[in-house]
Amino acid sequence: MDQTANQLQDQFQQRIDLEQKIEPRDWMPEKYRQTLIRQISQHAHSEIIGMLPEGNWITRAPSLKRKAILLAKVQDEAGHGLYLYSAAETLGISRDEMYEQLHSGKAKYSSIFNYPTLSWADMGAIGWLVDGAAILNQVPLCRTSFGPYARAMVRVCKEESFHQRQGFECLLQLSRGSEVQRQMCQDAINRWWWPSLMMFGPKDDESPNSKLSMQWKIKRFSNDELRQKFVDMIAEQIKLLNMVLPDPDLTWNEQTKHYDYGAINWEEFKQVIQGNGPCNKERLEARKKAWTNGDWVREAATVHAAKQAKRKSEAQTFSAKETQ
Amino acid sequence: MRLYLQKNHYGDYGDGHAGGLEQDAHQDPQKQWPLWEVFMRSKQGLDHKHAGSLHAVDATMALENARDVYTRRKEGVSIWVVESKHIHASDPNAAAEFFEPANDKIYRHPSFYDLPDSLKHM
Repeated sequence: MDQTANQLQDQFQQRIDLEQKIEPRDWMPEKYRQTLIRQISQHAHSEIIGMLPEGNWITRAPSLKRKAILLAKVQDEAGHGLYLYSAAETLGISRDEMYEQLHSGKAKYSSIFNYPTLSWADMGAIGWLVDGAAILNQVPLCRTSFGPYARAMVRVCKEESFHQRQGFECLLQLSRGSEVQRQMCQDAINRWWWPSLMMFGPKDDESPNSKLSMQWKIKRFSNDELRQKFVDMIAEQIKLLNMVLPDPDLTWNEQTKHYDYGAINWEEFKQVIQGNGPCNKERLEARKKAWTNGDWVREAATVHAAKQAKRKSEAQTFSAKETQ
Repeated sequence: MRLYLQKNHYGDYGDGHAGGLEQDAHQDPQKQWPLWEVFMRSKQGLDHKHAGSLHAVDATMALENARDVYTRRKEGVSIWVVESKHIHASDPNAAAEFFEPANDKIYRHPSFYDLPDSLKHM
């Protein structure tokens, strides 16, 4: 690295340390750019793939009210995907390149969406646990060092709170229902609890990208810190549901003032990330099918716009002649 | 030595560079829709403020998409869209020189003037 590049690096780190935001056309280390492209696009992909497990229940929602809520939530996820794709595009990658990376399997998305949604109660559990975990990850990102990402996250977080609240309310209603409904509620919690804990990513000592991301203030809390916060939060909230978390080791630790929890099955996490989760194949197929089937719509819109533009310019030429 | 990337999006083009998307669109007009910047007035009486960006085939679609993406909870009463390539931006790498003229003119601020406390209504 030559003198100038070193100086630029130092200036860049100084700006970060002073809590100044980095904007798209500012100088940035190539690794910073690549890290952000990877993180923001993965985040966007997760929003888009995240629509699929819930979309599964739109037509089978138990009431019109629940159907309207679920539709609104899924529409929000699409919106979040758009905010994030736009933020990633400011770093010099095109939307089509990102889609291509998702469809070819090169880009990852959150492992949680590779689990199936087997009952209606899963809609509640996803809102409460999955969106709850996502919010803990996302709130600190509102202060992340890259301006467009931070601004996108402010919008996302404003909308996400509804997702978590509707989820808890859905489970609350089931928990006060019949024996079958209560079982359904407990079963959904049992299946979503451990995958939700995995959403925070590998343990701190096994998270290779974390150190640099913290130095650059892309990340502000470590995976384990956020996971602990989540456990403490949920362990209390579940009492209102009169349900239990599927972890016999979950106990309040008077010394640390935190809940201790059992060992996470990291082998399962690894398998899901590598594409061997219960729904990896199905999710990617559904996404690719939606994209391919939309091809003619995109083409028609392009042709229609060209035709409208042509008509407009012809009309202008005509009226110009009339005036003469 | 120019280390920053030349291909920019999001309205952050400098004068004299074409945005990356414009070139892409030229190569494959069927695939890439132009990028639009969205500005939104959150309530009557306030300025339009930059909200974000999106892809659309023309202005009508850009406005409709902007409504769906940015105003699902009544966040706006008016929207402007402009194709990103039409935005001209100052160069962040030349910001120091560009904004330098204002640095040494503190007499433009009211607090520069030391006046007696007995002076009222000023």
